[in-house]
Amino acid sequence: MRYLTARKRAEGKGASHTGTAHHWSMTVSAVGLAFMVPVWLYVFGKALGQPQEVVVETFGRPFPAILTALLLVVGMRHFAMGATMMIEDYARGTARKMLVIFAVSLSWVIAATGLFALARMAL
Amino acid sequence: MSPHLQIYRPQLTAITSILTRITGNALIVGVILAVWWLLAAATSAEYFAVANAVATGWFGDLVFTGSAWAVWYHLLAGLRHLYFDAGHGLDVPTAEKLGWGCIIGSVVLTAITILLVQ
Repeated sequence: MRYLTARKRAEGKGASHTGTAHHWSMTVSAVGLAFMVPVWLYVFGKALGQPQEVVVETFGRPFPAILTALLLVVGMRHFAMGATMMIEDYARGTARKMLVIFAVSLSWVIAATGLFALARMAL
Repeated sequence: MSPHLQIYRPQLTAITSILTRITGNALIVGVILAVWWLLAAATSAEYFAVANAVATGWFGDLVFTGSAWAVWYHLLAGLRHLYFDAGHGLDVPTAEKLGWGCIIGSVVLTAITILLVQ
């Protein structure tokens, strides 16, 4: 015997079976990125075009290093979820699965590469 | 397919919506170039010389200028989405004004960014 009614089981979940978790996660990361991106554009823009020593020195300082690390992790999660949403709209079946896996993997590779570079410059 | 796309007048709200997706996904190109450049800076002088030549040459200028506009557009359009999510600005005149705000605002902010960092 089922104790939960059909309505109770379905409530708040929708077609994705995860409810609004995806949308809410995008909202949270969007707000974080909205604060971080303008500052990072200035930091990165100032460093771009400088000699290597200046670039290494810039991203070795705590504020640029922490900001860039946060941007890589939050930004690449935001990208992976947004790209997944786009792929799910336009691709079907095995192509969809392969593209989603590729987008998620690419995001992690970029985040890990950036964090490795930061670690070498900052530590 | 309905509405018939051949006779359907493109609307500002539709164009600004699809641009949000296009800019967000296209930003991956600028991110890859920026992270490659950082990796090269962390590795060696020879590697940095190669990556820096690409990142500060015509290709880098093209990608980073495009990315600056794309990220500003995506940011403004994202803020507009947060405003929509809160239940505001959904009537047509306001939505169209917000759309123009994203387009004009992103161009202005891109110009300011380039002037500030050059």
